[in-house]
Amino acid sequence: MAYVAYTDREHDFAHPHSWVTKYVWSQDHKVIAIQYGLTAIAVGVVALVLSAFMRLQLGFPDTFSIITPSEYYQYVTMHGMIMVVYLLTALFLGGFGNYLIPLMIGARDMVFPFMNMLSFWFYLLSVVILMASFFVPGGPTGAGWTLYPPQAILFGTPGADWGILLMLISLGVFIIAFTMGGLNYVTTVLQARTRGLTLMRLPLSIWGILTATVLGLLAFPALLVSAIMMTLDNLIGTSFFMPALVSMGELQEHQGGSPVLFQHLFWFFGHPEVYIVALPAFGIVSDLLSVHARKNIFGYRMMVWAIVIIGGLSFIVWAHHMYVSGMNPYFGFFFATTTLIIAVPTAIKVYNWVLTLWQGNIHLRVPMLFSIGFIFTFIHGGLTGLFLGNVVIDLPLSDTYFVVAHFHMVMGVSPVLVIYGALYHWFPKITGKMYNATLGKFHFWLTFLGCYAIYLPMHYLGFLGVPRRYYAYEGIDFIPNSALMLNTQISTAALFVAVVQLLFFINVIWSLMYGRKSDPNPWGATTLEWQTPENPPAHGNWGKELPGVYRWAYDYSVPGAEKDFIPQNTPPRPGEKIEF
Amino acid sequence: MSESVASSPDELKEGTSGFTQDWSSDKQTFHAPWGKAMMWIFLLSDTFIFSCFLISYMKVRITTTVPWPNPSQVFALEAFGYPVPLLLIAIMTFILITSSGTMAMAVNFGYRKNRKVVVWLMTATALLGVSFVGMQAFEWSKLIEEGVRPWGNPFGAAQFGSCFFMITGFHGLHVTGGVIYLICIILKVRRGDYDRIDNYEAVEIVGLYWHFVDLVWVFIFAFFYLW
Repeated sequence: MAYVAYTDREHDFAHPHSWVTKYVWSQDHKVIAIQYGLTAIAVGVVALVLSAFMRLQLGFPDTFSIITPSEYYQYVTMHGMIMVVYLLTALFLGGFGNYLIPLMIGARDMVFPFMNMLSFWFYLLSVVILMASFFVPGGPTGAGWTLYPPQAILFGTPGADWGILLMLISLGVFIIAFTMGGLNYVTTVLQARTRGLTLMRLPLSIWGILTATVLGLLAFPALLVSAIMMTLDNLIGTSFFMPALVSMGELQEHQGGSPVLFQHLFWFFGHPEVYIVALPAFGIVSDLLSVHARKNIFGYRMMVWAIVIIGGLSFIVWAHHMYVSGMNPYFGFFFATTTLIIAVPTAIKVYNWVLTLWQGNIHLRVPMLFSIGFIFTFIHGGLTGLFLGNVVIDLPLSDTYFVVAHFHMVMGVSPVLVIYGALYHWFPKITGKMYNATLGKFHFWLTFLGCYAIYLPMHYLGFLGVPRRYYAYEGIDFIPNSALMLNTQISTAALFVAVVQLLFFINVIWSLMYGRKSDPNPWGATTLEWQTPENPPAHGNWGKELPGVYRWAYDYSVPGAEKDFIPQNTPPRPGEKIEF
Repeated sequence: MSESVASSPDELKEGTSGFTQDWSSDKQTFHAPWGKAMMWIFLLSDTFIFSCFLISYMKVRITTTVPWPNPSQVFALEAFGYPVPLLLIAIMTFILITSSGTMAMAVNFGYRKNRKVVVWLMTATALLGVSFVGMQAFEWSKLIEEGVRPWGNPFGAAQFGSCFFMITGFHGLHVTGGVIYLICIILKVRRGDYDRIDNYEAVEIVGLYWHFVDLVWVFIFAFFYLW
C-alpha cells in the first residue's frame, strides 16, 4: 500500500519561525489547545464569580444592596450560558480535543492546522462579544440561559436592548468557531490515525471526544437557526417566535408566532449539548480510572458502543425539557420512554467504571481521586435524572431547586471533576513539570465534599417546592423559615468552594515555577501521548518517524509482561497473541 | 492538501464486508483525501441547518393565526399579458440545475487533467450561479415592490415574508459563497496549481459543495413554492 501520511512529508509541514507564529498565531494543536483552555478557564472564573454573587443574594437577602433583581437575572443567565457553552464545550473539545486527538492517534497535528487556528480566534471573538455585553447600556441579557421568547426580547427583561443581541451574535460566532474546530477533530480521528491504530484500539477519551464533536456538528445548527430567527424577531420585527401579546400595557406589533418552536429548536440543540459535555468526560474518566487502577478498562467494546448509542439517543429525548411547555401532552409519553432508555447505556458505563476499579491496584493519586469523585456525583445526578425524566414526577418538580440540584450534579460538578482530574493527569505532559500532590488532594476533598454541601440540601428545597430563579423568598407562605436558613448554609458552602478553587490556580502557578521536572510517563500509561520523544512534545510531536500501534490502549498488569503496562507502540513479544 | 491513497481496487471489498473493512481499518476510515472527507462532514452539518430552517418554516406555517398566502399567486409573473405561476422560479431552478451539470462535467474533465475545459466549465458554473443570485435579487425587489416585508405583507400571514426572505436569503448567501469559492478554485486551476501536484481533487470538493447547494434549492423549491 502506497500510503504516505501527509504529515510525514516535511516540506508541507509549516514550522513556526518567530515567537508570534509559535505562541500567538500558532497552528500547533498543542498551543491552540492551551489557548482554548486558558480562555475557557478565564471565562469560567467570570461565571464562578457570578454564581458567588447569586449565592450572596440568596443566602443573605437584604444584605447586599448592590445586587438588584435585574442584575440577579443577568447573573443567572450569564452564569448558565458561560458554564455550559463557553467553558465546558470549549474546554473539553477545543482544549482536550485539540491536545489529545493528534497525540493519542499518533498524528503530527490536526488535518487542517490553519483552520484549527481560526477556530480558536473565532472562539476568542465570541467570548469578547459576550463579555462586551457587561459594558453596554442595560447590561447583559437576563432572560435565563435558555433565552425563551417572548420574554427574552421584550422590554422589561434586563438586557433587552443590547444584551440579548450580543448574546445571539456571540453564539453565532461560537458556532462558526466550533464548526471549524469540529470538522478538524472528526476528520483527524477518522482519516489521520497512525499505522496499526484501528478505531477499536482508540483510547476511550478519543471515542468520547469524537462522538461529542459529531453531536456538536449536528446539534449546533438548531441553535444557529433559532439564534438567527430570534435576532430577526428582535431587530426587524418578524414574528417567528412572538405571538400577539400585550407587554407593559402596550399591544406589541408581533402576531402569530410560536414560542414553543423556539423551545423545540433550543432543546434539539440543548439536550445533545448535555452529552457534548458528558461524553468527553465519560471517555477521559475511563482512561484515568484504568491508568490509576493499573487495570484494563472493563468491557471496552461495550464502553465504545455505549458512547455511540448515548450519542444517537441524545437526539430523540429533547422534549423532556418541555413537559410543562404546553406542547402536546402525548409527546411526554414518547420522550419519557426514550429518556429512560438512555439510562441503560449510561448505567452500563457506570457499572464498567466500578468493575474497572474492582480488584485493581488503585493508586489514590489526585487524578484518580477526582475520577472516583466523578463516579459518585454522576450516579447521584443520574438517579435524580430518572425522577425528572418521568412526566408525572417532573411536573411538580419543574422549575424547583430539585432541577437545579440535578443538573448541577450531573452536568456541572461531574464534568468539572473530570476536567480537574484530566488537568492534573496531563499536567506533567503539557508542562513537563509535576504538580504539588498535597495541595491537589486538599483541592479535591474540599471541592468534592463542598459540592455535596451545596447540592444535597437543594434537592430538599426542591421537594419543598422552592422555585428556582427567584430573587427573594420572603413572604411566600409555603416556604418555611428553615428553607431560608438552608439557603444561608448552601451559600456559605458555595462561597467556600469557590474560594477553594484558588488552590488549583496556586498549584498550577507554583508548579510551573518550582515544580520538579516530571518523567515523560509518570503514571506508567500505555497511550501514545506518553511515548513522545520529547516531554512536553515538540512541534510535530513524533520526531522523525510516526509511532506504530500494535495493541489496544489498556494493556495494564498483563501476566508475564516485564512492567505492569505495555505501551501501545510496543511490538508483540515472541509468541504473544494480540486480540485487539 | 491531500495524501495519496493507492489501495489497489482488488484489495477493496464490496458491500457489507467492504463497510466492515473500512471501519475496522487503521490509518483511515474512508478512502478519501482529507479535504473531501471534511467537506462531506461539513455538508452533513449544513444539512441540519437547512433542515432546521425548513422544519421551522413548516411549523410556523401550520401554527400561524392568519391564512398563508397562495404561493402560485404571489410568485406569478406576467408573460404575454397572462400571469404565469412560478415562471421566474422555474427558470431559476432550471439555471441552478444546469449549473450542477456543468460542474459535474468540470469534475470529469479535471480527472482527465484537461485544464482549459475545466476552466471554461467552471466559469460557466459560476456565471450560472451569478445569474441565479441576480434573478433572486429581481424576485426580492419585485416582492418588496408589491409590499412584501419580513414583518408583514398584503397577502396574508406575516410569517410568509419572514420565512421567504430568511430561507431564500440564507440559500442565496450559500450560492454567493459558492461562486466566490468557485472563482478561487478557477484561478488556481488557471494558474496550473493542480497540474503541478497532478491532482484535481480540489475541483471535486468545490463540486460537492455546489451540488449540495443545488440539492437544497430543490427542497426549498418544493416546500416553499409548490406547497
